[in-house]
Amino acid sequence: MNKAHKINGIDIRRRGFLKTSLGAAAVAVAPGMLLFDLAHGKPEVVSGKVRWGMLIDTTQCKTGCNDCVTACNKENGLSGDNKPTDSQWIRKVELKDAGSGRELSLPMMCQHCENPPCVDVCPTTASFKRADGIVLVDKHRCIGCRYCMMACPYKARSFVHEPLHDQSPDVPRGKGTVEACTLCVHRVDQGMQPACADACPNRAILFGDLNDPQSEIAKKVRSVASVQVRADLRLNPGIRYQGL
Amino acid sequence: MRLWLASMLLCLCVPAAWAAESNAPKLDIGKGGQCVEEPQWMRKNHMHLLKHQRDETLRKGVRDEKLGLKNCIECHASTKDDSVIARDDSFCVGCHRYEAVKIDCFECHSGKRKSAWLQRAAK
Repeated sequence: MNKAHKINGIDIRRRGFLKTSLGAAAVAVAPGMLLFDLAHGKPEVVSGKVRWGMLIDTTQCKTGCNDCVTACNKENGLSGDNKPTDSQWIRKVELKDAGSGRELSLPMMCQHCENPPCVDVCPTTASFKRADGIVLVDKHRCIGCRYCMMACPYKARSFVHEPLHDQSPDVPRGKGTVEACTLCVHRVDQGMQPACADACPNRAILFGDLNDPQSEIAKKVRSVASVQVRADLRLNPGIRYQGL
Repeated sequence: MRLWLASMLLCLCVPAAWAAESNAPKLDIGKGGQCVEEPQWMRKNHMHLLKHQRDETLRKGVRDEKLGLKNCIECHASTKDDSVIARDDSFCVGCHRYEAVKIDCFECHSGKRKSAWLQRAAK
């Protein structure tokens, strides 16, 4: 009798264990993603809930200061020269209103549009938008046709004309492909902010998640007037300018 | 007689096979070691892993370090020059030259260990 009880006790416990482990297995299988993560170790498919963007305060951007451009060149291994064939991922633009004489200085780069024309025109789908809103070139597919360069209203993209050597291990670049600001995707994926935002001495470049209502950038976009360049094209760029 | 000939042939062939094996490239495997699969499996399949991982990383942002090219280079770059492509016996170049398979990975990707690249870039 005693023995039978003992066995029953074990059986019940075993049944309970089986039930919970089955439940756990079902939870693991259900989203699909979870299984993938287990196999690969790192759960890091970028989320479509995030929309990376920048708010650039042009009133804080100083004429003649080139720190963001220098930082970008260093981070991404660009030559920084000014030959017509040299890549430019970010450039400083100086504006002057002819009537009032008001002068402005601002950095201009890939605007990481929600509806990017460069992606629309790409014949090989090399140009693409990541789920978190970063517009990139898949250089494994890029055939160097440069349609995207013509489609971009911001002249943000560059073509690599010459063979390159000694690229950064984080930023592969090569001859015959088109490239542009990646929003420092290799840094963003590590939880850092882009090199230009880091380098700005006046903190004129605010980087963050536009979709997170608690983020500094979303709060500021809500509270101050900011514009998108060529908003009339309705591309909804992720880069916004304040004081323009 | 026939049997004897066959055995002689075998005796000749086995050293020939060894000789062929000794023609195989002597690679500078760097730090080396096994982190993904055993070497023979990797010789056959590393390209599939790399190709799969590159799309996952670039297009979806899955930065699984284990299967990424950067991580392979981290261990397999030569301890002498921190590169997988610098010399004839470098890890990638040595074997690909022997097999006559041209790769274009390193037209864009750096063949250097990241720590070494950063040191050089800092100078």
